[in-house]
This record gives sequence, C-alpha cells and structure tokens, in this order.
Amino acid sequence: MFDFDRWREIFQSISKNKLRSIMSGFTVAFAIILFTLLFGVVNGLSNSFMSNFQDDAMNTMFVRVWKTSKPYKGYQAGRQIQLKNEHVDFILDKYGYETDQISPRIYNNFVVSYKGKTDSYQITGVAPDHKDLEKTLMIQGRYIDKIDIDNKEKSIVIGKLMKEDLMGKKNIDIIGSYLNVGGIAYQIVGIFTDEGDDRESRKAYIPYTTAQMVYGNNDHMDQINIGYNEDLGIDGAISYGLELERELKKVLDIHPEDNALFVRNMAEANRNISTFTGALYVIVLFIGLGTLFAGIIGISNIMIFVVKERTKELGIRKALGASPNSIRMMVIQESVFITSIAGYLGLLIGAWILESIGDTLETYFIKDPSVETKVVVVATIVLVFAGTIAGYLPASRAARIKPIVALRAD
Amino acid sequence: MIKLVDLHKSYPIGNDKLHVLKGINLHIREGEFVSIMGSSGSGKSTLLNIVGLLDSHDEGEYYLNGLKIEGLNEKKAANLRNKFLGFVFQSFNLISYKTALENVSLPLYYQGMNRRERTERALQYLEKVGLKEWANHLPNELSGGQKQRVAIARALVTKPKVVLADEPTGALDSVTTDSVMELLTEINNEGMTVFVITHEEDVAESTKRIVRLKDGMIISDVLTSQTEKAV
Repeated sequence: MFDFDRWREIFQSISKNKLRSIMSGFTVAFAIILFTLLFGVVNGLSNSFMSNFQDDAMNTMFVRVWKTSKPYKGYQAGRQIQLKNEHVDFILDKYGYETDQISPRIYNNFVVSYKGKTDSYQITGVAPDHKDLEKTLMIQGRYIDKIDIDNKEKSIVIGKLMKEDLMGKKNIDIIGSYLNVGGIAYQIVGIFTDEGDDRESRKAYIPYTTAQMVYGNNDHMDQINIGYNEDLGIDGAISYGLELERELKKVLDIHPEDNALFVRNMAEANRNISTFTGALYVIVLFIGLGTLFAGIIGISNIMIFVVKERTKELGIRKALGASPNSIRMMVIQESVFITSIAGYLGLLIGAWILESIGDTLETYFIKDPSVETKVVVVATIVLVFAGTIAGYLPASRAARIKPIVALRAD
Repeated sequence: MIKLVDLHKSYPIGNDKLHVLKGINLHIREGEFVSIMGSSGSGKSTLLNIVGLLDSHDEGEYYLNGLKIEGLNEKKAANLRNKFLGFVFQSFNLISYKTALENVSLPLYYQGMNRRERTERALQYLEKVGLKEWANHLPNELSGGQKQRVAIARALVTKPKVVLADEPTGALDSVTTDSVMELLTEINNEGMTVFVITHEEDVAESTKRIVRLKDGMIISDVLTSQTEKAV
C-alpha cells in the first residue's frame, strides 16, 4: 500500500496546485474548527456546572429545619423545629441501606486565638462521616474520629488557610498544639484543605458531641448531612429524599405541607445538570455532524471540479500507461491527504483558540473550555473517511476519462 | 509490426451510425516511417486511436507486434500502450506543472522503474533531442519546437516498438517543423518504427511511405523519394 513514489507524485500535484489544494482543505479545516469550538464551549458549560457542586460530594442530602408555618396536631404555627440525636438514630434504623454516611452539623462562631493572633471563625461540630460528605482532604494529621465522639474530646481539625492566618505560612508542625477557641483550649489533631473556595479552608471542625456538651449541654443539632448509597441511582436517591422528608415530618409532628423541614437533595440537581448538559451535547453533536456533512459535500464538490480541470492531465497519464486504478487511487489519496492535513490544522487552530480565550470566558459561565483529544481524533478519523468517500466519486469519474477525449486538440 | 485486416469502425450518432473506417488493410513492418495523409473526416485520427489502443475497432483484425488485439480492458490497454507505444501529439500534451525531465520520466514511473534509473534514462533521452540543458524547465518556459522535442523524448523513453505521432507539426512553424521531422527521421534511421498522421504534404514527403485515406478507405499507398535516397 505504501508507495513512496506515488506519494511523491501526489505531493507534487498538491504543492504545484496550491490554490486548488487550499480551496479543498479550507472547507474541512473550517468544519473542524467549528466543531472544536462548539464542543469546547459545551464542555466549558458542563465544567461550570460540575465545579459549582464539586465542593461537596455529589451524593449528598441536607436535612434542615425552620419554624413551622401551619398549626398541626395541637401545635401552633411558629414553633421552632429542633433536630436531635434521636433523629440521626431514626434515620440509621430505618434507612440503614440507603444511607452511606451521616453527620450532624452544629454551627458556632468563635473568636480563636493562637500565640497572640486572634480572629473569628466558624467552628462546626461534626461526626467522622462528615469528611467524606464534604470531600475534605487531610494534608496533615487526622480528622475527627470515633474516639473523639465517644469521649467528647476537645479535638479540632482546622483549615489550611486558617492555619496560615494564625500561624503563618511557615511549615511548622502544629499537630498537638493547643488553640484557644472562645475561651476553651482545643488540641489540633489535623489540617485539611477543600476543593471548594477559600472560605471552606477557613473553617474548623470539632466533634459534635463536644459541641453539644460544651455549648448547651443538650443533644441538639442544626442540620443533618446524609450521603446516600450510590447503588440507589439518581431516581432511587430522589425517592429516598422525598420519603425521608415525609417520615421526619411525621416524627416531628409537622404538617405534611409545611416547609419547616426540608430535605435538599443533590440528586435532583444532579439530574437536572446531566439532563441539561446531555441536551447540549446532543445539540452540538447534531450541529457538528451537520458541519462535517457540509464539509464532505464541499470536498466532493471541489474534487469534481478538480477532476474536470485535470481531465487533460489525467488523459495524458492514461495515454502514457496509467491504469484506471492508479488514477483512482491517486485522486482518492490526494483527497485523503488534503482532508487529514486540513482537519489536523483545523483542530490545532480550534484548540489554540479555546486555549487562548479559555479563562476569559469564565464570567460567561464557561469554565475551562477544552475538547477531549479522543473526540477530536474520532472527528479526524471521520474526516479522513469522509475524504475517501468524497474523493471516491470524483476519482471514479477520473478513472473513466477516455484518453482520446482528453487529448483531442483544442 | 502493425497489421490491420479489413478493419471497420463506426460511431453511433443518435439512431444512425457513422461509418468511419470501411475496411482498412495495412501492414507496417518494423523500421518503417509511414505517414497517413487525408483531409479532416477521412478517418485518419480514428485509425491512429485504434492503432494506439485508445479506442477499439468493431470488425476486422489488428495485430500489434504479433499480438492479436481484441477485448482489451482498460488496464491491459494501458499496460500495452506503456510497453509498445510512444505518443506524440499535436498539442504536445506535456503536464504543465512538471519539468521537462519529470515529463519525460513519467511513463517510466508507470512502468514501476525506480527513481534514480528513471531520471538517468530520461536525461539520456533529453540529451538525444538536444534539450539536456533544459531538463529542469517547465513546459511554459520552452518554445513550441522544444516542447515537441520533450514530447518525442517522452515517447521514446520507454523504448517502444512504435512511435505514433498525431499531427506532430500541426502547431509549429515551418522551420521548427523541419527540425522536428529531422528528429523523427533520425529516430527512424536508428530502427524505430514511426507512424505519422498529417495533412501537410511537406511532412508526408519527408517520411518514407505515404498512405492516403479518403472516406475511411485507403486510396493509395506509395513509397516516397526518401526511400530511394535511403536505398
């Protein structure tokens, strides 16, 4: 198949007829540029959606409570609903399979000081499961563990930026040191970072049992975070969320249509995002295929014109002993060569445009627009294939040229 | 070398048929220098196309180098053309984007010869037609006479059995016509069979045998004074 002389012949024919080659290549390059840009923009959009939720695990639900707005079962409206340890136990009892992780959240703000440096921070009481729910990454030490919970230890895990604020950027080992949190000394057991924004790593976590004991001596909590079992699938997770909301309302004597208790389910948001980006991809695929198709027609058209223009030359070649097959292969290989070079060029230009405008588009909700190499490679293969198809018809026409017709003195 | 027996050819025109060749009998031996004379419409171009395997005949027999020509497919025809025949055309038919050297070596490419050998052989033939210095020029940098010389070199480069020339001087002035005919004579003197189609008396006179064609039939077949000179 690989015939060095034939390629030399093809290369000469392409390079000596620049205008013609550029014309044929332009359509393809343009199609690929458009395709790359479109795909990149959609990728950017979908990246934006994803990153907005990246902070937390995707399989999360939050149970939150407010004051009631409807009287129910002898209770008046305006009653503050309170989540307690028993509700966590209730969820674990009833929905053990559906629930992968669970953690209370108790919010407090304290003035924290370390060796004379002072600032105010949000200190949240949590359970060990909270680490996975928040996608917290430990960079030093450990997270809150079961012993902390059981013994109501005064342990604290602090964010990377909080550490830098209080102790400077110097890499000193502060695990085991004590921190003054609102007048009580806590021992630092770990430092974490978070994929979310800076705010996330200016927080600190303590055992929820400690928080309950020290700041109220009760078993209250502000919120319950739940990580649902991913085996449920999105639909299963959504119905789990709805059922949980219904059941908790029963337990807490809340009117079924009262929003005093609400389960915010990321599965729903998840579904909306995947539906939306899915629809976008379909649209892009449709437009992309249309563009490619237009490209194919374009090449074919130009190749037909080219063959017509070359009738005489091809006739001469035949008179000198070229077989119809060698003429056909020459035209097809020219077409494929031009298509792949132009396709590749289009890809480079498209990728370059995406690269250079990439970050400036973030304000328009397009984050890191880029095209997977895989997608583009496939597109290029499709184009080479297209080049063959586009070249085939004109090539067969070329192969049928009769030398006598072509050589007739004009 | 070329033997035609009762050769017929007609072209369909609508429902009618145009009978172009009406039984041609012709025998050209190796080393002959023959011209076919005739006015336009006499069938001389059709005859050349058939002899040159660019077209097929309807009836009769055609032997090329002892091989009976019938039912050829395009590939076989191309192969035989490449092996046995060299073409020279009125309008030169050089490929415009190829240099003289590349034009001459093209038939060798279709023979599958390697590049070095091709170039060597092509250069040798360009030298033969006196254009070695012009090897790397494009056709549009050459004069009409030079172009025809390049075309002749291209026809000869495969060492064919027969050189077929279709009005080789039709686009040339009288001085270059003479020099081209001299070149063809020289080639013939080296033993090559040369078959020229022309409507110019002068050109025909410089060959060794003139076959006159009228309305698809041979009306005369004579040896010229050149033959006597040669003898």
